[in-house]
Amino acid sequence: MKISTTVTLKKDVLDPQGKVVNQTLKNMGYKNVINVRQGKYFEIELDIKNKDEAKKVVDQISKKLLANAVVEDYKINLE
Amino acid sequence: MKNSTEIIKKHGLKSDEYNKLINLIGKEPNILELGIFSAMWNEHCSYKSSKKHLKKLPTKNKNVIQGPGENAGIIDIEDNDAIVFKIESHNHPSFIEPYQGAATGVGGILRDVFTMGARPIATLNSIHFGSHDHPKTKNLLNGVVSGIGGYGNCMGIPTVGGEVKFNSSYNENILVNAMAVGLVKKDKVFYSKAKGINQPVIYVGSKTGRDGIHGASMASAEFDKNAEEKKPTVQVGDPFTEKLLLEACLELMKDDSIIAIQDMGAAGLTSSSIEMASKGNLGIEIDLNKVPCREDKMTPYEMMLSESQERMLLILKSGKENIAKKIFDKWGLDFSVIGKTTNSKKLILNFNGEEVANLPISSLSNESPVYDRKWKKNSIPKKVLSQKDYRSIDIIDALKKIIMSPNNTEKSWIWEQYDSTVMGDTIQKPGGDSAVIRIHGKNKAVAITVDSSADYCVANSLIGGKQIVCEAWRNLISVGSKPIAITNCLNFGNPEKDKIMGQFVETIDGISEACSYLDFPVVSGNVSFYNETQNKAISPTPVIGGVGLIKNLNLIISKDIKKIGSHIFVVGKTLGHLDQTEFSREVLDIKNGPPPEINLFNEKNNGLAIYKLIQDKLVNSVHDISAGGIIVCLSEMCISNNIGVKLNISKNNNNLHRYLFGEDQSRYLIEIKEENIDKVSNLLLKKGIYFDKIGKTQKENFEISKNISIKVSELAKLNSFWFKKYFRDN
Amino acid sequence: MKSSVIVFPGSNCDRDIAVALEKFQIKNKMVWHNEVNLPKSDLVVLPGGFSYGDYLRAGCIASKSKIIGDVIDHAKKGGLVLGICNGFQILIETGMLPGVLLRNKKLRFISKNIFLRVKNIKNKFCLNYKKKNVIKLPVAHNEGNYFAKQKLLEELEDKNLIAFKYCNEQGEVNKESNPNGSSNNIAGILNNEMNVLGMMPHPERLIDPFLSGEDGSLMFESLVKLS
Repeated sequence: MKISTTVTLKKDVLDPQGKVVNQTLKNMGYKNVINVRQGKYFEIELDIKNKDEAKKVVDQISKKLLANAVVEDYKINLE
Repeated sequence: MKNSTEIIKKHGLKSDEYNKLINLIGKEPNILELGIFSAMWNEHCSYKSSKKHLKKLPTKNKNVIQGPGENAGIIDIEDNDAIVFKIESHNHPSFIEPYQGAATGVGGILRDVFTMGARPIATLNSIHFGSHDHPKTKNLLNGVVSGIGGYGNCMGIPTVGGEVKFNSSYNENILVNAMAVGLVKKDKVFYSKAKGINQPVIYVGSKTGRDGIHGASMASAEFDKNAEEKKPTVQVGDPFTEKLLLEACLELMKDDSIIAIQDMGAAGLTSSSIEMASKGNLGIEIDLNKVPCREDKMTPYEMMLSESQERMLLILKSGKENIAKKIFDKWGLDFSVIGKTTNSKKLILNFNGEEVANLPISSLSNESPVYDRKWKKNSIPKKVLSQKDYRSIDIIDALKKIIMSPNNTEKSWIWEQYDSTVMGDTIQKPGGDSAVIRIHGKNKAVAITVDSSADYCVANSLIGGKQIVCEAWRNLISVGSKPIAITNCLNFGNPEKDKIMGQFVETIDGISEACSYLDFPVVSGNVSFYNETQNKAISPTPVIGGVGLIKNLNLIISKDIKKIGSHIFVVGKTLGHLDQTEFSREVLDIKNGPPPEINLFNEKNNGLAIYKLIQDKLVNSVHDISAGGIIVCLSEMCISNNIGVKLNISKNNNNLHRYLFGEDQSRYLIEIKEENIDKVSNLLLKKGIYFDKIGKTQKENFEISKNISIKVSELAKLNSFWFKKYFRDN
Repeated sequence: MKSSVIVFPGSNCDRDIAVALEKFQIKNKMVWHNEVNLPKSDLVVLPGGFSYGDYLRAGCIASKSKIIGDVIDHAKKGGLVLGICNGFQILIETGMLPGVLLRNKKLRFISKNIFLRVKNIKNKFCLNYKKKNVIKLPVAHNEGNYFAKQKLLEELEDKNLIAFKYCNEQGEVNKESNPNGSSNNIAGILNNEMNVLGMMPHPERLIDPFLSGEDGSLMFESLVKLS
């Protein structure tokens, strides 16, 4: 079973990388781009057959390791 | 409308402070005004517990251009050149988010230096963690080192020195002190004093977000069990933006458009606007609608207290706004005229067409509370060690134990993560007694060191304060520089406790005494109080950053033994003080006892003699004797070039441990070529300086006596494995 | 010999390389990334640093700068291009050199002196290394781990397009002397025409007896010989 989770910076936290990517896109001519936030994507493969159980484990993993709770949030991606 | 007790408490103000506030301004403050007071009156910004005692520090000598009171201190290094430097703490944020806490600490101190017009040429840091086996230590250490490197490397400023210490007293309160040094032309220094009325006040740099609101209050509060809940107040650093800000500011500083400039650090726009106006005895009026914001719907409270990084506040000459804007546009930075100077002597804030705050500047700055806190004198502990404790200890085993310990292991695992050679002027990299940075394009250099000895300070703060100034002085002399001045970061527990306040007062007294005697004044610094968790305070930890001048690049010297067949002298008398030494702590596991005595006369006399020997090119290498004593410091001299020594110490075995491991002060190890022995001896004799001829250098073996020896290569191996093992490096 | 050093927002070794070029009497101009036209140059240098903070991918955003078009044309016409550290990363992102530069194997920034075997002494940058083919230079980087698929590696080896390999003091190219995990210990490579060199180590930092060595000087002396 593969469950993926996306880790992003919390809403009010400065995202220096997103800021620079946004500016670069504008410079490249993409005038309709308003904002960019950069995050991380994790794909976790587990040998658990039950989807809910697997999601619970990924939730724990995200909380304990993948996301830095001080500045990041995580979202388990729904299939 | 009256503010509730709860709100007042949340803003960190005691009830008597609140009453004083009301008396000063003649009204109840609204929530924005209360927030401004909470930022300006907290310990970090107001120095209310320390001001009275900081006044005792000597702050002048013939080389001092600017002492404490500005963004950083400035010293004259001849030829219209000046050095700007300062050290500052970022302890509490680093415990909560080590990478960003350390990174923004570096960012903050760099801004303090370039706001004065100086291009930063070096950074150093003093970082202290809990026991290496404490569960939080490894992550904190990794985070802090990565953060320092991540910010400094991106800025392109070499990180050239520092210290890392492990001690259980920092288990719940780590220390991250960052020092920056910059180069400026004497006649091109910029200050933060506002001048002139109706001059434009300009905001430049990054946009303002909700970062770090009440960070300054956090620095003034102890951590309780819920320390983790203080999380949202940590700022994120953007070193790329700071690099742009550095270049834009230096470009604007080429002409005289700037009247005054200050970076926005702790308490952001609040502290910079108030301090600039206060210094100039003026008022300041700000239209908050003009503040560039990163987030939607930011309130005046948030804008004034935000600690978003990489921002500066300028007061420009009227008419220069367009020239300045062009420069900041080129570098892609926000530039906004947000207000003007006035003669009202008030801070007036407007938002959406309404006045939202109106406060007298003096109430926020020079009328802030100053306390004369109660303090308790600390006695000098009695000696605890006697011969029976160490007589049977194998000397080589003891040496090995010390050099393998986390506090004494070599630390290239750490400093190889810092770019130490960018800017092309690093003559002596980390690992020596001091870093040496050439003044760009010239034949002279500055030596820089950062040191602390918390163990001596907790044993006795008066002696500890004196000692650490002397150690910084010795470290600068040891590379051939003439020490000029220091910056200090004073890290202590809760000053409302008389024992802690006593440590602070006595440390200041010790530092003052040594600085006066050595003509080595304090030009800048910072106090960090409340480094305590659940009533357990850190050891008093004064950190000293020293700077010295080397007038000729050919007179720089290092500690690495250069030749086989040279003589080794110990300059200075060894009485064999074993209490509170590395030997006592690491080998005997005894942590009590008094620190070594300081004799300032010997300190100065011996140091100036060593300086003369170096100037006269009579010595090949020099190392000051500090932690671990003669045997540890001598082994450090041998390791780099794999050259050993054969000692010929005529001491009987009873005193050998004390002689080799004692940490008596004012001493140096020097390597002398055969043909210079007489000249060196005569010079020392003439100055009445005691010295021991302890042996000669030889191939490969570190030999105390026939039966007490070890291969230098073995010492090197033992001295370099700790970090690799700790982080399981392959 | 005339040179242009391109300065990007965040470049921080631009002054260092300018000092080196001027020391060896190469007439140099600093060129802002936003300019469209390159001044007449024999050599174009992309300096080290953290252009755009190394955000997104090191060198990626700089590779989209206005000036890059002219730099590519200059190389096509046979002009010399030298990319140092971040400059090497930018050359890779523009496609002027093949392969990719990944994070150092130990995931840490590394700043130290290393030894290099000079493998190709026919290119105009390395002519002087005929006399000395184990040299010492400093590295200071986070993403210096050169990676290329097997086919490309074989091609680089066969065509002798590898300029430098990490080695030990005795000149032995092995795992222990590789500071960042680069494939085949690669520290620098050339394009097919050998007029574009990308290298991770910093020659401009070792041009002075006070800075622990002068092996960098040999490269600049090679270049000056050409004029």
